[in-house]
Amino acid sequence: MGGTSEKMINVTVKVWRQRNKNEKGTFETHDMKGVSTDMSFLEMFDVLNERLINEGKDPVAFDHDCREGICGMCSMYINGRPHGPKNAVTTCQLHMRSFSDGDTIVVEPWRSSAFPVVKDLVVERAAFDRIIAAGGFVSVNTGNAKDANNILIPKPEADEAFNAAACIGCGACVAACKNGSAMLFVSAKVSQLALLPQGKVEAQKRVLDMVHQMDIEGFGNCTNTGACEAECPKGISLENIARMNREYVFASANEKK
Amino acid sequence: MASSPKLNAKIPAGQLELKWTNYRSTVHLVNPANKRSLEVLVVGSGLAGASAAATLAEMGYKVKVFCFQDSPRRAHSIAAQGGVNAAKNYQNDGDSVYRLFYDTIKGGDYRAREANVHRLSEVSGSIIDQCVAQGVPFAREYGGMLSNRSFGGTQVQRTFYAAGQTGQQLLLGAYSALQRQVGMGAVKLLARHEMLDVVNIDGKCRGIIARDLISGKLERHFGHAVLLCTGGYGNVFFLSTNAMGSNVTAAWKAHKKGAFFGNPCYTQIHPTCIPVSGDHQSKLTLMSESLRNDGRIWVPKSKEHAQAIASGKMNPNDLKEEDRDYYLERRYPAFGNLVPRDVASRAAKERCDAGFGVNATGQAVYLDFAFNMKYKYGKIEATKKGIENPTEEQMTEFGQAVIKEKYGNLFDMYEQITGVNPYKNPMMIYPAVHYTMGGLWVDYNLMTTVPGLYALGEANFSDHGANRLGASALMQGLADGYFVIPYTIGEYLAEEIRTKAIPTDSEAFVKAEQEVSDRLNKLLSIKGTKTVDYFHKRLGKAMWDKCGMARNAEGLKWAIEEIKKIRSEFWSDVRVPGALNEFNPELEKAGRVADFIELGELMCMDALHRNESCGGHFREEYQTEEGEANRDDEKFAYVAAWEYKGESNFELHKEELKYENIKIAARSYK
Repeated sequence: MGGTSEKMINVTVKVWRQRNKNEKGTFETHDMKGVSTDMSFLEMFDVLNERLINEGKDPVAFDHDCREGICGMCSMYINGRPHGPKNAVTTCQLHMRSFSDGDTIVVEPWRSSAFPVVKDLVVERAAFDRIIAAGGFVSVNTGNAKDANNILIPKPEADEAFNAAACIGCGACVAACKNGSAMLFVSAKVSQLALLPQGKVEAQKRVLDMVHQMDIEGFGNCTNTGACEAECPKGISLENIARMNREYVFASANEKK
Repeated sequence: MASSPKLNAKIPAGQLELKWTNYRSTVHLVNPANKRSLEVLVVGSGLAGASAAATLAEMGYKVKVFCFQDSPRRAHSIAAQGGVNAAKNYQNDGDSVYRLFYDTIKGGDYRAREANVHRLSEVSGSIIDQCVAQGVPFAREYGGMLSNRSFGGTQVQRTFYAAGQTGQQLLLGAYSALQRQVGMGAVKLLARHEMLDVVNIDGKCRGIIARDLISGKLERHFGHAVLLCTGGYGNVFFLSTNAMGSNVTAAWKAHKKGAFFGNPCYTQIHPTCIPVSGDHQSKLTLMSESLRNDGRIWVPKSKEHAQAIASGKMNPNDLKEEDRDYYLERRYPAFGNLVPRDVASRAAKERCDAGFGVNATGQAVYLDFAFNMKYKYGKIEATKKGIENPTEEQMTEFGQAVIKEKYGNLFDMYEQITGVNPYKNPMMIYPAVHYTMGGLWVDYNLMTTVPGLYALGEANFSDHGANRLGASALMQGLADGYFVIPYTIGEYLAEEIRTKAIPTDSEAFVKAEQEVSDRLNKLLSIKGTKTVDYFHKRLGKAMWDKCGMARNAEGLKWAIEEIKKIRSEFWSDVRVPGALNEFNPELEKAGRVADFIELGELMCMDALHRNESCGGHFREEYQTEEGEANRDDEKFAYVAAWEYKGESNFELHKEELKYENIKIAARSYK
């Protein structure tokens, strides 16, 4: 909180610049002097952009919105890790106190063929929306519902469903995966709804439709390296992938019958 | 006082409890075949927008949804932490539709419409049912039932929650319902699109102009009705708990095209936010109101202790109980730390202004969990374990586990931002701009003063009066979208079934697009010396200093002049890099700040004209001897609805507020 722990550091930022989807990109280097360690990582980018605009240059485009780790919009690949060096936080929650004086910080966009670059650090993640549209829901129209306490859900299952539902759809799992797989994202939604009685009714159709859409979008396969879980800012567990695989095998077998 | 003839609230006749039921049963319907040829444009994809779009599509309307983010799931509703209210009375503690209605009217300091608030309370229970059916994982008890907690301004437990991520879970539920309709082809989704104007033809709203933020191209979209679900305007203050992109642009464009703006000065300053740490700060972070269930708010009793703590010479944990001032418990024994937000915020400001702040800037108070952690939860857990005389360490250890279970993600968030461990040290908090009760004026149908143009959720002014109670924003957004607009829109659209889609190459569309394009080109052509943020920060400072937690006539007059200067400098000296037809975030920001500047002036005018204190609007000239808000019901029991008449020129219209079911009284939480 300011005060005694605040320090001023100098860092070098190597940032990816790319005008649009079709043009080739390149790294650009900026020296950032006198950066407060209380500053957030994105505030450091605000300062850089302010400077670039004042110098008549093009500011760095990056996605961000809530700046409190919940909207899932920010997406930087920092020193080879999605959302940077700290575990369990998004880029917007990262502070400069996680860096040291003299550090060089390399910042790239998510790299995955299913997430084309829009500009600089901004990528397109509409593939996730299309996967949800394929089956990430319970088919209940407004007005159909019965009294909420008529559906009893054991607390452990409700908690587990909540843990899966905490996914923010940022795409770090895809960016972290050497295959560009979206299995953690898809399995989180499949799991949440498969764990709850409300979601069980159409669980089989859901898993088949969502996995089918995931394949169409060009995401890679899962080879169980666990990089997605390690880099997920919300700690979404690999167990969800195991659960989705069980759901999928069961649903495929039933479908063939 | 009579209401202005230009404002017809269309409140149904009859007994309050029966108004909505009767209205719903008699409102015009549109038959399924006609619904397919009626097109509705929904701008914004938060709780109000996503729930409205999904529900209208389920009913058979053709729907288009616009959002400026890359996905509808990013809307700022996602950041709401604490919970959603509903009058379910699951806790058997005496809750009822009437009590929720009463608490909301009283909490709003008697400046909201009775009929709207009663309807909100009536549908609140259905919201929980709907969300549970969608698979929203609310917190539960071991018996499998839903769990509840308390929020400020109430004495019952009616808040449903999902850890500290209730907004996220409700939004993802609504988003799922929306995406289901997208997948079925009933909704066309236009993400990374920003609405930049409405198009009116012959006095009715017939569409919008939107900019594709990736290509930068302007687009024209026709709709039989347009729903603005675009949230609040707290970012007029630059620093707020709103997301960086939250803006007033859609509502402001609608205002300039004929929609009256209701109570623009009613702003909610949330008492528990992480204090400002430096000039680089880009936004403020809320610490959920739910923390006030177990956190006690205090400052030292003596200035010497406050200074010793602020300068780091003393550890707050070492300050003796008798040297602490739990000022909310002292001033408001009945509600204690759970007084409504406006009251808690002002009390914190009062202590800090008096010199008792606990950080270097003097603008922070403590939110302390140590007492309840140890003596409430620690003791209970020890008893459960059969330990009769637990040690202090044991109680702390056991209590910490309980606190972690309840608020873990909030504690983590606090530590991440401040670098301080809140399990070991009390949190430092200070009030910050959080929500705007004001918004576009709407009638009972949620229609603005422009036929065919609606405003839902935080974008309208309707339900919270001069102060919103915690956990009621989520309730209102979803009520409007799931359970109100699907019925009330029929009243208008039933008359529109003969209206064919108006071609977007018609004159009105072409003209509107040209105006938008001219304005954007103008912003790019100035090529001045100062960035957009420079102007935004200057505006924010003027607004926070003069139109924030406390206001007075002199300061407001100064702010109005300052804002005029800011506007004229902005339009002659702003520097916006890049071009129109490309992805250009600075251009987006410039357009939004230009609108905030105009809105800021209107907010100050509204605050200046309202010679009373009520809810979030505290005029220093109008307070009791004890420093409480002094309302003037004789002169100001009305909604101020402002009509745009040209630059810096607004005409006031009044909608009289009648209280037939609640006895209007001084609001007391003592």
